[in-house]
Amino acid sequence: MRNLLLGLIAALSLAGCGYNDFQRLDEGVKAAWSEVLNNYQRRADLIPNLVATVQGAADFEKSTLIEIAKARASVASINATPELVNDPEAFAKFQAAQAQMTSALSRLLAVAENYPQLTATKEFGELRVELAGAENRISVARGRYIKAVQEYNILARQFPTNLTAMLFGYKPKANFSVDNEKAIAAPPKVDFSKPAKK
Amino acid sequence: MRLLLLAGWLALAPPALAEVAVPPVKARVTDLTGTLSAEQKGELESRIAAYEARRGSQIAVLMLPTTKPEEIEQYSIRVAEAWKIGRKGVDDGLILIVAKDDRRLRIEVGYGLEGVIPDSVAKRVIDERITPRFRNGDFYGGVRDGVDQLIKLAEGEKLPAPKAAAAKSEPPPVSMFDFAIGALFFAGIAGLFLKKMLGRFLGSLAVAAGLGLLAWLLFELVTGVITAIIAFLISITNVGTGRGGFYSSGSGGWSGGSSSGGSSSSWSGGGGSFGGGGSSGSW
Repeated sequence: MRNLLLGLIAALSLAGCGYNDFQRLDEGVKAAWSEVLNNYQRRADLIPNLVATVQGAADFEKSTLIEIAKARASVASINATPELVNDPEAFAKFQAAQAQMTSALSRLLAVAENYPQLTATKEFGELRVELAGAENRISVARGRYIKAVQEYNILARQFPTNLTAMLFGYKPKANFSVDNEKAIAAPPKVDFSKPAKK
Repeated sequence: MRLLLLAGWLALAPPALAEVAVPPVKARVTDLTGTLSAEQKGELESRIAAYEARRGSQIAVLMLPTTKPEEIEQYSIRVAEAWKIGRKGVDDGLILIVAKDDRRLRIEVGYGLEGVIPDSVAKRVIDERITPRFRNGDFYGGVRDGVDQLIKLAEGEKLPAPKAAAAKSEPPPVSMFDFAIGALFFAGIAGLFLKKMLGRFLGSLAVAAGLGLLAWLLFELVTGVITAIIAFLISITNVGTGRGGFYSSGSGGWSGGSSSGGSSSSWSGGGGSFGGGGSSGSW
């Protein structure tokens, strides 16, 4: 009987310490996070072109452009490093700045609808598609990041692997917040089907 | 506080179950709307199959009534993640999804083809090849022309040549089957010695620990634990010494662990991954 107990303990400590799982999931979170950063960058790269195209339209509403410029400044003020995931405060700032950018961009696209001669141009049409693609990739990457962090955080909190986490100082990682998760469940509407509907 | 948030999130999760389920992938063309005739399906299948044989890349077509409550983008990435169209590592898969009642469609482009089919090009395929025909009610024609155009575009990308056999994911250095055979012999023979040396219980335990560790290193933790348990049971119950019992219990224990390919007649994805590239449209 005592032998059986010993065997059980041995099996548990082998299966339960989870050190390797932490390493594996940590890598997964890192990969998912860099995918998120890449795709935000992809979107950021489109903005100069978009602004230039929009400015080409006669007296385009200035306030939306100012909003974009502000959002760009606050995104640029954050040093988006891989370590951001371990710093909940900086992570929240990053998230807020990107959300500001998202809303500034969707405002811009909505306002652009008032300038038919702008929306009819090939450049604007393509930028709109590229932007939609970037937004979609962002929401895919964010979804995968959320899943990766969830897996990691469950391991970090669950018994008995939380003991391993405590021993090595592994903290739960920052995730996109619940409200935001709901918001991204409906990706920003970048509707480019209007002309086709006639 | 965090835990509370997590709990809240989990409580919010159930409505997500109302999502449209991703159908299993059995063929290159899946039509849940009954729009395509058998001949049309066959024609599409053979076009795509010829392309697949020539290039090794995969294309899947899915027609369904609706993706509500999800947007087509969200649904199609779930399909892409479940079906894994395209070769593993090459990621050269394409999926054309048509939500007929929503009047929405989407081309999902695998990572490996994003260079040759960027979003704006995918958008043009939709706007120029597919939706004009869809608007006239010609669904077969739209899908066919769209697929043809996608094939033409994908031909422009330099990809590794198709494997002689059907593209399958790479096997691990040691196949699970080989390991199982080796492990069973080891459990039987080493078990005899170790049990003599350490006694029945400790000997069996040693065999189990050794094999479990090996399986963990070669495969993963779960496999290791399962192996250890099976090895322990085999050792301690002495099945290993009787030949018949040895084999029968062995194969029984392992059939669940490693999934064999099954019949090769049904088609499936090759392990390609997607990152949300492509474009959507409506008609």
